[in-house]
Amino acid sequence: MPLPPGAPRDALARSVAVNHDYAGRAFPATPPYEVSRVKIAEFADAIGDPSPVYRDRDAAVAAGYPDVIAPPTFPIVVTMAASGAAIADPGLGVNYAMVVHGEQRFEYTRPLQAGDVVTAQSTIESIRKVGSLVMLTTRTEIRTTGGEPLCTAFSTIVERDPEEAG
Amino acid sequence: MTAVVKPGLVRYADVEAGAELPPASYPVTRLSLVKYCGASGDFNVIHWNERIAKSVGLPDVIAHGMFTMAQAARYITDWTGDPGSMTEFGVRFSAPVVVPDTDEFVTIEVTGTVAEKLDGNRVVVAMTARAAGAKVLTRARAVVRLP
Repeated sequence: MPLPPGAPRDALARSVAVNHDYAGRAFPATPPYEVSRVKIAEFADAIGDPSPVYRDRDAAVAAGYPDVIAPPTFPIVVTMAASGAAIADPGLGVNYAMVVHGEQRFEYTRPLQAGDVVTAQSTIESIRKVGSLVMLTTRTEIRTTGGEPLCTAFSTIVERDPEEAG
Repeated sequence: MTAVVKPGLVRYADVEAGAELPPASYPVTRLSLVKYCGASGDFNVIHWNERIAKSVGLPDVIAHGMFTMAQAARYITDWTGDPGSMTEFGVRFSAPVVVPDTDEFVTIEVTGTVAEKLDGNRVVVAMTARAAGAKVLTRARAVVRLP
């Protein structure tokens, strides 16, 4: 979700309600989530990617994977539950109606694949004020329940100041 | 900046820094956004409700940033020929992809260049994505491992 046009980028800094003491805070891991072939196929359909490696186990095996793998942005399905809970913490004070997605980054150990049972654990990496905007970055680790690290997602959300958003 | 590397099973030895990837374009419709809401679990109203999108200062309903990022990911994996080849992938969402209620497609156009060759058979690809003339992704960068 990018910034809408006209959103203030360099307006005078003003006080906002986000609690900067939350920088560095770690949140509990989500309950286990089982990655399924059906969900991967649904996600691939939704992004319009016809690759058989996301749908057909034989095609995935032929490509060198044990089962169908998930597209590179699929981990957001798992991380959003964790980072969303962090952002929704009432003590943090983010006004979600004024939030847009600013940046996203993934580091992969391997693709998520059907049959993986994973948890996601978020930490608030940083909270920065840029003009009237607050930029908050979460780091979310996806691991299997057996402890294998699969992916780290860095998500930066931008909270606009409602008084300047028009 | 002249050599064009064709998609398929791209090999590390065949790639040079500065080579351009073939451009590609991907359609977006209101239906894409409805499907993406369901598949991702992100039901933010600005992705399906024009009235509320406009009330918060947007020109119209906008695509999920993660939908646009997914198109950039596909651009890379179609090029490498291996959807599991990425080791790192990041973007900045610089402008919204506005999706009006029309029968036409909105098109996300992606271009890319091999920015750098790294050790371990990895290459860095820098991308740009545009829609309706605006840059919608900047600082878009993927690291892929090639055979």
